[in-house]
This record gives sequence, C-alpha cells and structure tokens, in this order.
Amino acid sequence: MKYDVCIIGAGVSGSLIARALSKYDMSLCLIDKENDVAMGSTKANSAIVHAGFDAVPGTYKAKLNVRGTEMMEETCKELHVEYKNNESLVIAFGETENEHLKELYERGIANGVPDMELLTGDEVRQLEPNLSEEITGALLAKTAGIVCPYKLTIAAAECAANNGCDFIRNAEVKGITVDDGLFVLDTTAGEITAEYVINAAGVHADEVASFIGDDSIEIRGRRGSYFILDKSQGNLVSRTIFQCPSEKGKGILVAPTVDGNLLLGPTSEFVDDKDLTDTTLEELRAVAELSARSVPLASSRDSITSFSGIRAYTKNGDFVIGSSKVNEKFINVAGIESPGLSAAPAIAELVDEIFANVSKNKFAIKADYDSTRKAPVRFREMTDDERRELIAKNSAYGRVICRCETVTEGEIIDAIRMKVGAVDVDGVKRRVRAGMGRCQGGFCGSKVVEILSRELNVPVNEVTKFGKGSNILFDKTKED
Amino acid sequence: MKYDLVVIGGGPAGMAAALKAKEEGVEKIVILERDVRLGGILNQCIHTGFGLHYFKEELSGPEYAQRFAKQVAETDIDVMLDTMVIDIDDDNNVTAMNNRDGLIKIEATAIILAMGCRERPRGALFMAGTRPSGVMTAGTAQKYVNMDGYMPGKKIVILGSGDIGLIMARRMTLEGAEVKMVCEIMPYSGGLTRNIVQCLNDFNIPLYLSTTVIATHGRERLEGVTIAKVDERLNPIPGTEEYVECDTLMLSVGLIPENELTKDAGISIDRITRGAVVDELRATEKKGVFACGNVLQVHDLVDFVTLESYLAGKGAAKYIKNPAAFDDAVYVKTTTGNGVGYIVPQRVNIKTDEDVKLYFRVRQVYKNARVILEVDGETVSNKKKIKLAPGEMEDVTIPKEIIEKMTDKSEISVRVEA
Repeated sequence: MKYDVCIIGAGVSGSLIARALSKYDMSLCLIDKENDVAMGSTKANSAIVHAGFDAVPGTYKAKLNVRGTEMMEETCKELHVEYKNNESLVIAFGETENEHLKELYERGIANGVPDMELLTGDEVRQLEPNLSEEITGALLAKTAGIVCPYKLTIAAAECAANNGCDFIRNAEVKGITVDDGLFVLDTTAGEITAEYVINAAGVHADEVASFIGDDSIEIRGRRGSYFILDKSQGNLVSRTIFQCPSEKGKGILVAPTVDGNLLLGPTSEFVDDKDLTDTTLEELRAVAELSARSVPLASSRDSITSFSGIRAYTKNGDFVIGSSKVNEKFINVAGIESPGLSAAPAIAELVDEIFANVSKNKFAIKADYDSTRKAPVRFREMTDDERRELIAKNSAYGRVICRCETVTEGEIIDAIRMKVGAVDVDGVKRRVRAGMGRCQGGFCGSKVVEILSRELNVPVNEVTKFGKGSNILFDKTKED
Repeated sequence: MKYDLVVIGGGPAGMAAALKAKEEGVEKIVILERDVRLGGILNQCIHTGFGLHYFKEELSGPEYAQRFAKQVAETDIDVMLDTMVIDIDDDNNVTAMNNRDGLIKIEATAIILAMGCRERPRGALFMAGTRPSGVMTAGTAQKYVNMDGYMPGKKIVILGSGDIGLIMARRMTLEGAEVKMVCEIMPYSGGLTRNIVQCLNDFNIPLYLSTTVIATHGRERLEGVTIAKVDERLNPIPGTEEYVECDTLMLSVGLIPENELTKDAGISIDRITRGAVVDELRATEKKGVFACGNVLQVHDLVDFVTLESYLAGKGAAKYIKNPAAFDDAVYVKTTTGNGVGYIVPQRVNIKTDEDVKLYFRVRQVYKNARVILEVDGETVSNKKKIKLAPGEMEDVTIPKEIIEKMTDKSEISVRVEA
C-alpha cells in the first residue's frame, strides 16, 4: 500500500489531523493498531473542553488549549457532534485553595482565557445547589464545555474518509525503514509506504518515533479511573466541577456528560503497561470518596460502569508537536495528555501548518473538500413527526433495539455501514449508544451481535466485543 | 386508536392481567409486546419448575407461557408484537412504535404496566480489573445458550446465587461447560432452596457464601477472576484473595424492575421494591394505571406473578366500568416492622370488600421465627415459620372482616419475631 501521507494512530488528534489533511489532493491513510478509531486514551478520559487556565503560559498546552476550545464549538457543529458549553468550576476548600484559585485566575489571564470569575462559597452554591457546604470559593470559567471524545473522533475520521482518506484497522507498526526517501512501515496489516508520516500514536508515540531513530520522546502511562453514573444522577450538577489541581493532574472532577450521565474521576497512577486499562479497588474507592467531597450526593451506588484510561505523560510536561530532528518528513504529535481533547482541533490546525511547510505546499487543495459530516440519525432526539416520517422511509428505524437509550435497528445499521463503520459490539456502542445505558447491553447485546453478524456476513461466534480475541460466543451447543 | 385497556408487556404478567380483564367484561384490550412472541423471559427459561402452585404441575417456562398465550389467542384481545412503548402521557395516551405501523398513538382508559425487570449489570458492582469479553449477566448467557444455541463460555464462575445464577450453573454444566463455583456475597443464598439442591448440590458445584469477585483479568477474553471473602459489612477481607481461572463470569446479582416508563409518567416508586406504589388492586397513584408482575416487585415464582396480575386485571376492569369509584378510596399504608424488607401492596383501600393478601420479603434468614400481622396494635395473625429467607416471597392475609372495621387512621404492620 502506497500513500503520500500516513497518520499513525486514530485517536482524537490523529483523526482530526486526518480530517484537516484530507483537503489536499494526495493519497492519505489513517492507521491504528486496534479494531476501531478512538481505542486508546481517546475513549477513556474526562470528556472536558477546558477553558485553558491550567497550563503554564507559553507552552503548547496553554496555546493550543485556548485555541482548541475556541474552535471546538464550530468543529462540533461541522461534524454534527454534540457539544455543550456547560462552563466549569474549580472549587476550593479553605484559605490555601482560595489562594490557589487566584493563581489559576491569573494564569488564565496570561493564557488569554476569556470570561472567568472568582466566586465565594455561597455564590457558587447558588449556581450549583448540590455542591458541598464546605466549599469556600470557586473559579468559574464560562468558556469550558463538554464533548464526547470518541464521537468527535468517529465523526472526524468519517469526514476524512469521505474526503478520500483510507482507514486501516489492526495495523500495528512493528518497524519503519527509509527507502529512497520514503518511509516503509512494517505493520500487522501489511507494508505501508508513505512519503510523510504523522506520528499520533498516543501512549506509544515514543516507540514509534524510535523506529526512525528518534529517541527524544519518553512517554509514561498514567492511568485514570472513572465511574459513570446513571442518567437519574445526570442533573446533580450542570457545570463541570474540578477540585484544585495538584501535581497529579487536574484533580477529581464531577462532570455531566453530553449524553446526560454523570462522570466521576479520574485517579492518577503511573503504570508500566501502557495498554492495560484495568482498575483497582483502591482507585475506585478513591474516586468515590473524593468526588463525594465536591458533590456529596454523587455516589458510586448509582454507577452503571467503571473504567480506566491511560494518558500519555511526558517529563517536560508539554505536548511534543513538530518535525522529528531525525527526519523532517516525520511529524511527531506526542505526549497529548490533558488538555489534549480540548486542544485537538488546534493540534490539527498546527499540524496542517507544519505539514504545509515541510511539504512546501506541493499538494493542492481539492475543490470538492468537505469539512463537514452529515448528521447521523438520532431517533431519541426527534419529534414524533420526524420519527413518523423516518420510519415511513425505512422501517428499520421502527424497531427499537436498545431500550435504555432508545436506539433503533436503523441507526445500528447506519453505524455499521458508514465509511469508518462499526465492526464490533463496542464500536456500535460508541457510535449509537446501544448498550451504553443502564442495563449495559444485557438485553440488546445479543441483538447487536445478530445485526453485526448479518451486516458483516460472519457467523455470530466470530463477532467480537472490540476486535481480535474478544469473541463473545464459542461454538454452537449442538451440531446442525 | 382507542382501547379500553392497554397492557404493556406480554409476559406472564401482561397475559394474565389481560385475560382477567377480558373475563371481567372489558371489551377492547391490546397487549403491546416488545419481543417477537408472547411469553417474556419465560421463553428462555427452558428448565422446569414453573406452575407447581398454580397448575399443580411441573412445567417448563415456554410451556407455562404457552398456556396463557393460547388463552389469549382464543379471545379477541389484540396483540402487537415487536412493539415498543416509548411514552405514557398525563391523559393515559400511549405512544408505541414498531417497524410495520411506525409510530402508534393509543388512547387508553386504563393501562396495566407489565414490563418485567432487568438484571443488574457489572457496572453496578464495585468490581475492579479489566473489561474483556466474557463478563455477562446470567440471563444474557441463558438467551445465548437456550435461544440462540451458542456456548457463551466454557470455564465459568458465577457471581450471585439468585435463581437465574443457580439455574445457569446447572444449564452450563449440562451443556458440557465446567462451572467452577458460585460465589455469593451474602452469608446466605438469594435463590430458592430447591434450586440450590437441584442445580448445585446435585452437580457438585460449590457455593461459596460471603465471597465475592473483586477483579476480572484478561485483555481480550476473560482469563480469570480474583475472589475474596467479605466481612459482615461486605467489604473484601485482605489476605483472602484467590485467583480462579475462567473464561466467563456470569452475574446473577439482582433484578431491577424496568420502571423508566413508569417514572416518566410521574408515578411514585417504592424505594425498596423499585416498583410503583400500589393498592390491593395494584392500582398505582396515577388514575387508571395499574402494575403487576416483576415490574412491580421481583417475584420468586411465576405462579405468584399470575395471581398478582389477575388482581391488576380485575382492578383495571373495575376502573374501566366505574372510574369514579376510585375517587372515593380511603387508603391505609402498610408498614414494615422488624425483619421485613418491603410489603406489596404499599397501601390498602379500606373500602374493599375482599380479603387482602400482603406479600413481603424478609431481610435475613430466620429459623423457627414467627410472622406477625398487626392492625391498630392488635395481632391479626401470628404464624410460625420453620424457615424464612430473603430469596422467597412470603404472604399474610388481612380478612375482610378486619378491614371493614378499619378507619383512615388505622395502621397495618407486618413483622418477624425471631
């Protein structure tokens, strides 16, 4: 397989970069070692669009966060992804933390963050009545928002695919050689040749860079564990509630999600295995206890699931974005931990700029490039009249598969048939939320397996949860 | 579309309720069922043990369901299959949908809620570890093996000794899987005694009480679980952890009535049963809306679902004939005393002219205890029970002669004396 450009890693950065670069008249591929896009840090993080007061002024993190947050609403609009400008609050317990809020406020000013306000404990409880009585002050940031990171990624990858970008699954890069000025990637999906490589390999970006002899990046995995609470708890707070940040990150948060659940977490633990997203009882307990400190009514008893994600931590603490010192046609996009999601649209913009420079603008912009993605059908959000019309057109929309989230068969078929389509049960879940509700797929799981089997034309026992080895069923109980 | 009675759910509860209403003279009845056939969860319960009380016969789940489905077919009750109800509005208009008729609006005089229950998923537990395939609820596994004909696992650990867990231990063993153990976090089983004997003891499957699964292992497919003993506060005891190799973890950790529609319709829910608050006719607090079966309270035996649903069917018929009669009701609450977890019905209309049976579950296992029913401080009944367990439903009856004498200030309570 031969491409002008290959992007390694289909997380939120890689996919938004793919969308940006898909405007050029060239061949482009987006590859990932997993069975779908958004399978690394992207699928398991706080889903927050940060205002941008956390990062040290002058860093990429600071600049790209503020710029990314500015771009997020428009990006989401173009891609038809839910975005909510729900604002955020950093809360303080006691005098020392009140002082810390002032520092954050000052840093926000230095970073160019608009619309911030310092509030007293009483003022903040007026805004959010379920906050703890112990809270003594808060920093309100009106530009902060929430977005679903994997839906953003799926939409961006789909947009790129519509503009001609190939998405190659299960393509883990095992080595890279340079032959006649071209990168030759040895991957588990075969050999891929490309003149330019964008290394957006998430927690593995350091290993990928080292394949071309660039040992300048060192990434450690930092695990964060979360709870998702039932939608009945989704209105406990309307803003994202952070505790004061520490050296471990932005502290435990309590945040509504765009889908109406409540998210609690994360912890912050360094781990040796950058792919092992397990949780520990200690971490889950810590999340439960610490989040209750902010919002006493937020309880893990209402949890519908818990999970962890691994963030890409680098020693110097900033994103690593730019051409490798070893080879300028190899562009690193590494160390994208928080506020990576917020910054992602700006990261794509910056990488586009770097690419244009490195490629000396040799690729023309396609006349038919479309930066938007058509809105997928979301049955549960429609009016009855819209629903009637939809079912009349295609009866598959008349059959509810997931009761908890009211997802129809038609939507699931759409999710499978789209360009960057779902090929496993979790892929369906992330695209249309079937199985994402309170029964967690207890009822619809087997129906989704059936639909996948039918649409992909494979036996049901070859349908997987999230790719190779995660099959759900064994053999038939009886011979035919 | 207009119906006298809309029954939501075509499982054993919905069918019995509809049949009773028909028998009581209700004319236009429709059952809305989300699955492609009547019968509900009974269709996948291919083991026997159903109907011992009601039919005095030992039937399989599908056989039990079929008896009612056949009766339904012999009446003029309409049945809409593969049809999902998505809304009930203030005036008892029901919105449903399917892929033949699209969106369906039905004006109903009365509604019977019979949506059944769902299983508690893994996420509701404090369980750490990875999230591979091979972790599923026992009911999902039951569907895979009994309805679809596929093995969902080969080396199995079951968490939770509720009836479905016990049944699946036997089922998977018979299908050739190795069921390593059933773990139960409580010091007693949540299932029927007969199921422990017939499903575990007869197959030498160990039941570990006061034991839970604290973590899952394996990236793609489950490779094993860590189990641990728990203390009296149900917290894992450090040092008791043990690794058990398995490819499947089946969860039978509780059933939750599916009351999303009920809640959206503004009907009050009992905190303990997680079902609607009802009276002796299973009328909810919303006029013309009744509830029965597992959506009201999780039953141990389907026989009792049938009996309860007859009450709801009768109640709905009564309402359809004379809605105004319900305005004159005088309600007295039923109160749980020592050892009693909940009572259904939660309130009794003292104008009823029949005996009222109170169903309840105890909070813990009792041996040689007494169940005492009191009205206004007077003992109405005091019965000795050799064994009481949370896994089994109990009942006491208030005779109509006692109810006749009650006033709106009366108190009804049930308690256990060890």
